[in-house]
Amino acid sequence: MALLTCEKLCLGYDNNIIVKDLSFSVNDGDYLCIVGENGSGKSTLMRTVLGLQNPISGDIIFGEGLKKNQIGYLPQQTQVQRDFPASVWEIVLSGCIGQMGFAPFYTSKQKKTADEAIKKMGIEHLKNRCYRELSGGQQQRVLLSRALCATENMLLLDEPVTGLDPKVTADMYELIDKLNKEYNITIIMISHDIDAAVKYASHILHIGKKVFFGTKAEYLKSHESGFFGIREDGENI
Amino acid sequence: MSFLSGFFGTLSLYFSRPFVIYAFVVGILISLCSSLLGVTLVLKRFSFIGDGLSHVAFGAMAIASVLKLTNDMPLILLITIITAILLLKTGQNTKIKGDAAVAMISVGALAIGYLLLNIFGNSSNLSGDVCSTLFGSTSILTLTSLDLIICVTLSVLMILFFVFFYNKIFAVTFDENFITATGTNANLYNLLIAIVIAIIIVLAMNLVGSLLISALVIFPALSAMRIFKSFLSVTVCSAVFSVICTALGLVISIIGGTPVGSTIVAVMIIGFIISYFAGLITGGKKA
Repeated sequence: MALLTCEKLCLGYDNNIIVKDLSFSVNDGDYLCIVGENGSGKSTLMRTVLGLQNPISGDIIFGEGLKKNQIGYLPQQTQVQRDFPASVWEIVLSGCIGQMGFAPFYTSKQKKTADEAIKKMGIEHLKNRCYRELSGGQQQRVLLSRALCATENMLLLDEPVTGLDPKVTADMYELIDKLNKEYNITIIMISHDIDAAVKYASHILHIGKKVFFGTKAEYLKSHESGFFGIREDGENI
Repeated sequence: MSFLSGFFGTLSLYFSRPFVIYAFVVGILISLCSSLLGVTLVLKRFSFIGDGLSHVAFGAMAIASVLKLTNDMPLILLITIITAILLLKTGQNTKIKGDAAVAMISVGALAIGYLLLNIFGNSSNLSGDVCSTLFGSTSILTLTSLDLIICVTLSVLMILFFVFFYNKIFAVTFDENFITATGTNANLYNLLIAIVIAIIIVLAMNLVGSLLISALVIFPALSAMRIFKSFLSVTVCSAVFSVICTALGLVISIIGGTPVGSTIVAVMIIGFIISYFAGLITGGKKA
């Protein structure tokens, strides 16, 4: 049984179908990269998997006892967050909110989880700093710590390196890779960056006019055989 | 020296009257409640909702008086709560954006309310009534002990709500998508926040007028954000700022005979300017 199975998904907004008949599955320990052009439905797919919007048709099945409140999510930053007055500690701790239920305050166990997540991301020195004063890379580490508070199994990342400079981008990829290899956290990541996807991912899902799902090796093979017709229309994936 | 003793003499004379004490208790409680939720509203880009909802409450009041209801409170509360829910819930993803929707409903309710009162009203002093609803001219100084009891009860409930749900309110304000994705019902908390805001606004509009309530929502939160950097400290500072400005404004208006609402707002503007420069000096907020 896979951790996550999507069967014959149709995605879109207001009867406007973006992706049709999408089927794929993710197993424990996988590193799946979702690639495709702008507007091909990558973010819509992620929002649907997270339950933020309903699929038009098809099923999303969680396996191996994975519960809805055990998924970590790194969203793209919103305008509201950029000037939000909050300390790093407050934000990371809010990752535990899914385990709280109706309890009003965080338990000491949840605080410990948050502390460990901060250590894993190497941002102990920023714990009491104000979020809006941090650099882009530091902010992403804070949000990643928060996501780690919510999960031990699966992380969904929505373009985690957008707006970061090359050095910080490389660090970020290494960090995500470490989470996957060392802590055995299943990763599902949306990326524009096909080189990084090929370098780190174990599986690749390409959505767009043509849909591909398979391992990295299979993807490279189909890539070479011109499956996507990249050379013909000059599109950069 | 004789000026000072005269000042405190006048003040203690006023404080021996129950209506002044009532005004202080009610003013401070309302400013406390509204400033606590003000932080969330300002951060959610709903600064204007206090104004909008109080105009809706005014419209509802007009309807209630046309229907000749003896107790208009339930109807006003119901209409305002429903509006608050609609505005907060559909704020992000609708075809008409949040701020435009608030502006539209605000102006619409104000116009319809005044129109209804003009056509069907039987008040001899219509413009006086309208003025006191909008600016709360003297209503805070004419509170009855029943007003006081209702206000104290509701305020304590609001404060308990805020303390109990503080962590949830923070999470919903910072990132609704994240907490929905990790299995918390963000809509439920948005709904609760909307209801609480509607109650505070209706309560406050009857007592202090809609001009003051908007100011109580916006100024404390914005001033606190200039100086402080964590959500907790911003919230606490905003509550303290609000209570101090309200108390100061009340004292000035009683001594000087100025309109209560406008005086408190004026004090808050000065407070905001001070916070702004304090923030620049301590480097609390980058430009």
